[in-house]
Parts: sequence; structure tokens; C-alpha cells
Amino acid sequence: MSQEQKVKHLCNVQWCKGCGICVMICPQKVLALDDLGKVKVVNQDQCNNCKLCEFICPDLAIEVVVTGQ
Amino acid sequence: MAGVNKTVAGVNKFVQGNEACVEGALYAGLTFFAGYPITPSSEIAELLSVRLPKNRCCFIQMEDEIASICAIIGASLAGNKVMTATSGPGFSLMQEGLGYGIMAEVPCVIVNVMRGGPSTGLPTGPSQGDVNQARWGTHGDHAIVALTASNHQDIFHITVEAFNIAETYRTPVVLLFDEVLGHMRERIVVPKPGELPLVDRLKTEVKQGVDYHPYLPREDGRLPMSDFGGVHRYNVTGLFHDMWGFPTNSPQVVHGLLRHLTDKIENNINAITHYKEHCLDDAEVVMISYGSSARSALHVVANRRSRGERIGLLELQTLWPFPAELVREKCAQAKRVVVVEMNMGQILGAVKQAVAKPDRVTLANRIDGQFITPTDIRNILRLIQGRGV
Amino acid sequence: MAAKDYIRERFFPHLWCPGCGHGTVLNALLRAVESLGIGKNEIVMVSGIGCSSRISGYLDFHTLHTLHGRALAFATGVKLSRPELNLIVPMGDGDALAIGGNHFIHAARRNIDITALVLNNRIYGMTGGQYSPLSGAGVLATTAPYRNIDRSFDVIKIAEAAGATFVARSTTYHARELAKIIKQAIEHKGFSLVEVMSQCPTYFGRKNQQGGALEMLQLFKEQTASIGSKAMQEHPEIIGRGVFVNKKAPEYCQEYEAIVARATSA
Repeated sequence: MSQEQKVKHLCNVQWCKGCGICVMICPQKVLALDDLGKVKVVNQDQCNNCKLCEFICPDLAIEVVVTGQ
Repeated sequence: MAGVNKTVAGVNKFVQGNEACVEGALYAGLTFFAGYPITPSSEIAELLSVRLPKNRCCFIQMEDEIASICAIIGASLAGNKVMTATSGPGFSLMQEGLGYGIMAEVPCVIVNVMRGGPSTGLPTGPSQGDVNQARWGTHGDHAIVALTASNHQDIFHITVEAFNIAETYRTPVVLLFDEVLGHMRERIVVPKPGELPLVDRLKTEVKQGVDYHPYLPREDGRLPMSDFGGVHRYNVTGLFHDMWGFPTNSPQVVHGLLRHLTDKIENNINAITHYKEHCLDDAEVVMISYGSSARSALHVVANRRSRGERIGLLELQTLWPFPAELVREKCAQAKRVVVVEMNMGQILGAVKQAVAKPDRVTLANRIDGQFITPTDIRNILRLIQGRGV
Repeated sequence: MAAKDYIRERFFPHLWCPGCGHGTVLNALLRAVESLGIGKNEIVMVSGIGCSSRISGYLDFHTLHTLHGRALAFATGVKLSRPELNLIVPMGDGDALAIGGNHFIHAARRNIDITALVLNNRIYGMTGGQYSPLSGAGVLATTAPYRNIDRSFDVIKIAEAAGATFVARSTTYHARELAKIIKQAIEHKGFSLVEVMSQCPTYFGRKNQQGGALEMLQLFKEQTASIGSKAMQEHPEIIGRGVFVNKKAPEYCQEYEAIVARATSA
């Protein structure tokens, strides 16, 4: 991805059930669970847009979007 | 299995009862049949395996009777007029599927060519022992439509009527014949197309993109359908459901749906009731019978009438919902009511409940796997009248 | 259409337990349908009864939630009468292989063009954790308090022996591979069977001390390997993933067209 492009995680905390699978699967340790046990992005810039979190989430609570050009 | 040509309207045909049923189903617009071999109904499947492909329609022999009723329900939801045919043991296997058809309000016709029961019983022996199973075979409160006939022309007509009722009320309809009717041969005349009124699948007029409710009855109570593959996507389930077909356990919706499922049948008994009557006007002895037993009862009426006895026959073609008012009315003047059936009295209770003087109701039956003959009935009548055989 | 356009959003969040694999199967199924670009009106999803089979309620297709074990029989009725429709039949392991076993082998035998998904969590989840034909000997379940003595069978071998012409297995850990395999299965003309190993942390995991969803997914990773991989050769007891069978055979609806041709030409 070119530098200008940025990756954003759209997290639906209503649907997230805090199972932590996304946190485990992410090769870049981008995600974590907040104190309510819901998904939270902690290392956004580490994300390489592999979308494994989006693919494996059992609750369809994550969508990875690329913004910019 | 003799090659069978296309139905030629108006032509006399000398056929088995099973074939009369097939002709009626084809006339009614049958397009999908799924079944499983079982004596004494296999001929229905055999005949349809010849006829349906000729009409570019679907015939399939499934792996068992459970699969058969499930397949026809699937095909009905895809827009077909459907039927399956079986006998006692298969009918027992079909009960859960029948309940699903009731809950999901799926038009379909289930033919049960009854044989001696219970269990394997008498595969080639006649019996009318599944009448109460047709009513209460599947679990839970529900209503059911079960029709029968006593001769092959009537089998043809009642089969057409079964499809019409199934479409009108969006419900499974059971046809109860038995081994005698199924296998004996008799003449039928096939009506010309258009001669008998047909009820076609009522399709919704709701346009694409507009909210369609598969389970919201119109003012007239009818429930327009939308075929799978059509422009409306909805859910069909055996769970209690809302008007879009999605599961719910809200008490009001459950109560409302159960009330709807039963009222749509029980409130239309008059429209659903079919019967024939013979010499009832001045009858002192009223016989009530149905199916093949009614043939012998009719013979007794002719025989006794010729000897001046005031005896008549009420032949029921609709067993469920039970036409209680009709029975009460027709037996009002009767000194004696004799229920004639080949079982241990499966509509006897309903008749006793219906008539004003239940103590006048007695049973004339035969349960040994042989066809009940006029002589059997006459002997029982004589015993009832205290004159001995 | 984005994957999200295929769901009935008003019913989310769904009813499956936190960490249940069935949600991942739903996710992979959406990706497969999205990548195939199939219109929502062309898909009929027929499911049975159990945790897995509630999947049909969440998808904006023609959905038919049938009887326990009977989904394939209902689906056969829909497919034979409307061959142009895509039939997807998600079932549970008990749903498909216990009560539904007879319909499973016969749908496969007919090679009717239906995509069957067996969401194998090795337990009856909806009813509270009883063992299923795929639980495996020695496991614990609410109906196997002294350890299960029922040996399980290999769904892949059964499907192939019965006549299925596309047979594959994946797991909810390998979500991308799962989506790809489901896509292949839908595209395949004939009976397709995809067994998906899907974790049930609430019952199977808890009852058998396999930990939660994360630990169970790790097990899926460690205990499986791609067919033909080095790992497979070195550890014959490892569970194979990928496409086991992908062959051509007469498809039932096409053969039925031939019957109609013979019947109408005669």
C-alpha cells in the first residue's frame, strides 16, 4: 500500500461478543479487547490490510477499509 | 405396468382406484410427485413416473417416506402443485412432515391408501384404521382436512377437490382410500379440461422491493404466495413465526397463529364438507359410512328398501374437519344410527358427539382384513334390531 | 454487493455463543457468495435444526428452516423442480449424519447439484451438549459422562463412497481457505459436501477441557494440515484439509431433463 493510503478498522461493538479471536489471529497485533471486552484497535499503523480479522470474526463485527487514494 | 396414454377427455376408462386418483391429480394440475414404494399405493407412483415426465413435470422416488413428504413441501414452496402417496406405515413416518406443512401453511396432497394395521399388518388387506391418525397423527393442536370417496369417479373428483382445498386454505390435505378402492377396477369418465373448477396457486401481487408478508392473511383469509426464486425473499420455518416467517415465541403471536391455523379450517367446514346421501328423507335407520365401506352400505339400502324398510345412507366424503352439524341434522329423525367402517369405530365417537341421542348410535364393522360385505352389515343390523342373523 | 448486503442485519447480533465457530462459517459463506456474485433471488438456503441451522435466518436469501435431519430432502424438492436455483444446505454434524444420515447418503448418491455444509462442532449444541456421531470415542458430553464409546466415522469417506462429486474439509481457523472451498463447492455442478470443523467452546470445549475458542482454534491449526503437504506425510494421523474429491459425474437434474426428453419424444 502506498504511504498515503491508510487502513481503518470499522468495529461494531454492538455485535462484538469479545471472543478475542481477531486479537489472536492478527499477525501484526493490531487489535486488543478493551475493558468492556470489546474489540479495539491498538496498533493501527501496524496493519497490513490482510483482513484476517474481518474474515474470521464470527460476529461480522470488523470491516477493514482502505482510505485515501 | 401397462403403457398409459395421455388423458383423453371424455373417454371411458376402466381403471384401478389408484389410477383414478392419478387422473384426478393430473387434472388438478399436479406438477411434482415424490413417493416411496409401499403396497397398496405403489401404482400411483408407477403411473406418475410415466405421466409426469410426459408433462415436463417432476417425478422422484425418494429414499423413504419422510424424505418424500419433505421433498413435496420443498417443491410446493418452489411453486408446484404437489402430491405424495403412501399407506399406513409410510403415513406414520410422514407425520412430522405433515405437521410442518400445517405450520408453514404449504399446499400439498398426501394420499394414504390404507391397509390392515397396525404395524406391517395386512399389506394387501383393506382397512380404514388410519382415520384417527389422519386427524391426530402429528403432534400438537392443529386442524387437518381429510377426504375420501367410495367409487372411482368420486375418487377422481375428490382428488381434484383435495388440490383445490389445499390451494384455497394453503394447507396439507389428506386423501384416505384403502386397498379395495385402490386396486379394484371400475369405470371413470375423465371430464374435459375446464369442466371442473380448479383453484390455482394464488400468487402475491406485491411488487419487487415492496414488503411482502408470506403469513399475513388477506381480508378474505387467503394467503397469497411467492415462489422460491421469485422477487420476494422470506423465511419458512416449522417454528411459530411472525408474518414474515421469522421465528418468534411472543405469546400473542403464538396464540394468534395457532388460532389462525385451526380457524381457517374449522370455520370453513361447510365449504370443505362433501357428502352424498341416499334415501335419508324418511329413513328410520340411518347408516353413516365412507370410503369402500359405503359401497356395501349402499347395497344394503337398495336391498332393504326393496323390502319396504325405511333405511338410508349418509356417505361422508369429508372426514376431517368432522361435519358434526350435518350428521346431527341428517340423524335428527333417525330411530337408529349405524356407523359402518372397517376399523374399531374411529368416527363412532365423533358421530355420538354430533347426534342428539348418542345411545341410538351403534357400530357395524369388520376388522379381520376382509372387505365388509352387504351381508356383514345386514347381519349386524338384524342383531341390532334383535332379530338374530 | 458487499458481504454485508447478503445478511438480514435486523437480526444481528446473532444468537451463537461468543467464540462459536458457526459465525465464522457464516462469514466465509458470505465471502463465497459475494465473490461468485450470485443474486440473492437465485439462492435458496435450506437448513435443518440446531445451532448451525439457525444460519438461514441471518441470510437474505430464500430461506427454508426445515426439520431436524431433513434439510437435504426438502432441498431435493426445491432443486429438482427449480434446477436454475442455487441450493445451499448448512447442517450440523448430528443434523446431517445422525438423524439426517439416510438423506445425506442418498442426496450424495443422486449427485444432485446441492451444496451441503456440515458444520461439525462434534456436539449437539442447541440441546445442551450431548455427543454426536462425530464426537469421537473417549470424549465427554452431557450424555457421555463416562466417556463416549461411540466411534465416529469419516464424513469425507462417507460422502465420497455415497457418490458426492465434490468433497472437502476446512476449519474455522482457516477462514480464507474455508471461503475459497465454499465458493468452489457452490460452483461445482453436482453434490458438494464441505465439512467445516467448527469450535463449540460452550459445550465441547468446556466438557473436554479444550479451553475456550482461542485454544480450540489453535488445536484446529495444529491437528490439521493441507492434503498432500509434508506435514500430512510425516503425521498420517493428522486431519486433512482441502479438496479430497473433485470429479465429474451425471448431475441428477440434468439426467432428469433427459428423462423428460425421452418421455416427450416417445
